[in-house]
Amino acid sequence: MAEESGNGRGYLAERGWRSWAFTLDHKRVGAMYLWTTIFFFLVGGVFALLLRLELLSPQARYFSNHTYNVFFTLHGSMMIFLFIIPAIPSGLGNFFIPLHIGARDVAFPRLNIASYWVFAAGFLVIIGSLVAPMDTGWTFYTPYSAKSTSAVTTLSFGLFLIGMSSILTGLNFIVTIHKMRAPGMTWHRLPLFIWGMYATSIIQVIATPVIGVTFLLLVAERVFGVGFFDPSKGGDPVLFQHFFWFYSHPVVYVMILPAMGIISEVIPVFSRKPIFGYNAIAYSSLAIAFLGFLVWGHHMFTSGMSPLANAIFSFLTFFVAVPTAVKVFNWIATLYKGSITFESPMLYALTFIFLFIVGGLTGPFLGALATNVQLHDTYFVVAHFHYTMMGGTVMGFFAGLHYWFPKMTGKMLNEKVARAAWALIFVGFNVTFFTMFIVGVRGMPRRYAEYLPKYQVENVISTIGAAVLALGILVMCWNFLQGLRKGPPAPGNPWRALSLEWQTPSPPDTENFREIPVVTDWPYSYGKPEGPVA
Amino acid sequence: MSAPTPGHGDPRVAFETAKLGLWTFLATEVLLFGALFAAYTVFRVKYPALFQSEHLKLNRVLGTLNTFVLITSSLAVVLGVDAIRRGKARLLEKYYAATVLLGAVFLCVKYVEWTGEFHHGRYPGTNIFFSLYFMMTGLHGIHVILGMGALTYVVILSRRGRFSGTYHTPVEVVGLYWHFVDLVWIYLLPLLYLIG
Repeated sequence: MAEESGNGRGYLAERGWRSWAFTLDHKRVGAMYLWTTIFFFLVGGVFALLLRLELLSPQARYFSNHTYNVFFTLHGSMMIFLFIIPAIPSGLGNFFIPLHIGARDVAFPRLNIASYWVFAAGFLVIIGSLVAPMDTGWTFYTPYSAKSTSAVTTLSFGLFLIGMSSILTGLNFIVTIHKMRAPGMTWHRLPLFIWGMYATSIIQVIATPVIGVTFLLLVAERVFGVGFFDPSKGGDPVLFQHFFWFYSHPVVYVMILPAMGIISEVIPVFSRKPIFGYNAIAYSSLAIAFLGFLVWGHHMFTSGMSPLANAIFSFLTFFVAVPTAVKVFNWIATLYKGSITFESPMLYALTFIFLFIVGGLTGPFLGALATNVQLHDTYFVVAHFHYTMMGGTVMGFFAGLHYWFPKMTGKMLNEKVARAAWALIFVGFNVTFFTMFIVGVRGMPRRYAEYLPKYQVENVISTIGAAVLALGILVMCWNFLQGLRKGPPAPGNPWRALSLEWQTPSPPDTENFREIPVVTDWPYSYGKPEGPVA
Repeated sequence: MSAPTPGHGDPRVAFETAKLGLWTFLATEVLLFGALFAAYTVFRVKYPALFQSEHLKLNRVLGTLNTFVLITSSLAVVLGVDAIRRGKARLLEKYYAATVLLGAVFLCVKYVEWTGEFHHGRYPGTNIFFSLYFMMTGLHGIHVILGMGALTYVVILSRRGRFSGTYHTPVEVVGLYWHFVDLVWIYLLPLLYLIG
């Protein structure tokens, strides 16, 4: 495990926009996805702050009701479709899957850069749709979305393109993981990040086309007067909801599984202990991907499904909690008696576990039929969703960014600033969203610009929290930029990790490995005197 | 569970890789049409009488003709793949060009059918059955056009001498895609034309 000084050419060496726009290097494609998705994360965050600003007072003070609707639609759509779905899989996944499995690139490099440009076309169309911004919420429910005068057709087309790019990426990863592994890299020696990405890719490939055709049908409904979702023509608006959630529930696992993969990488490195229950974590990813396809109906308990369907979906929903809990227990068991250090990636990873437990445990209240009817469409749902998605996925993403920053850029971050940003984010997040649990149980409905005055205290607290959270994220971004500009050079393996990407120089050469490594052990043999990989 | 053999430049591995990629893509396509088939099932169960009466208005003769056209085109693809496996690039080009031609015939017949429906005042918005008919055959038609484009591209590559008995991955992969397009039609015919 000798540290190599990069005497090959780092992947960043080539200059000029052409070297990026037409690159076949998975690392560059990943980096382009990261820049793009982080940009949309910040834009979506600005919309969130505007929403919180409006909610300072019970009356609509700063924006009209319509503007408020537009803002929460844009916040939701951008965060979901342009940030949280592509960020980890297409960004970090693209960068690290080939490095993790000991390959020079993904299976189809041309398809890979094509998927980025399809994604770019998609977000350009979406930006174009802002001339008549959407006001339907990110769920596009018919019949309103079929009648709304806003640019539903344009936005649907943009999302269709985004979905296509997501399918191409997933397809590429499935084939890459099957066919490109280095000699000796058996399935049970794969880093758990790869297992998470594999399960994610399967969902992307199988679920995304359904939302694609749903958007096509919605457009056909608006343009040709097709009546699938229109009761006056014999159609069924609930069918739209079925189609929508058949994609959009599994896709929350597209959001969370890669983050869980990152956590499974970070925890053993900073506990200096082998991961506990490798097989359980690996196969629970596949179990989540499988079960995730069977629970979409729990978004529709109040939409008028049959009581039997409601009961079955409710029951199945509890099953998803099992593999999820299996992962959490295994991470905690990995921590047990480890030599834990609290570098910034580890802080975010532990935050993930903490917040995800809160988010996860509030899930069954919504999955259970009886309590769901009370809590449906209240701020409790908003809080639960943000605890799992922001407290889970985004914290996992931040953990990954801090963990892999030295590898991706060849520079080290300022650790003190990183920890300060973490503290602000942790406090701000909990102040913002925990109050939403309380106000939700007290009955405040989501998605309205106005609310009853009795909820004002919680809303003011929540808005203050949002400001702290935003400050923390700004500090973190500033730290990234400072690190990029003048961070000290990173060694090949600053965290003394064993997975293959750390055996390359920082930043890695264009061809990743001078020689394809031969793998003789799994990447979690921490606590032994000699690192056994490669 | 063994790891793949070393040497990612190995043409056999590259072929397997491309094939797995296309099968994964076909899984996506199945789900794309799957949603429409699901909608079909829902509405047919809901309105059996409507489906019964409306499907009689479709032109079964042209539907059957198109089925023969597509099955013949699939045969041409098989013969084309067989030709290049034996190293006969010129023969491959002929068979694939014939497939493109048959695809064009299919589209022309479809055009005649659609204009006939429009002529009788039957549009995508007329009722649920015709919504399904136009959406399903329309989406399938788009796939036929894409397939024809891919086949043409293979013919162009072949004329440039890119394929041989040992390397012909795009030929096989595009052929596989065309079979899928054909297969979708095999399902569409009975579901739309032959309900009664």
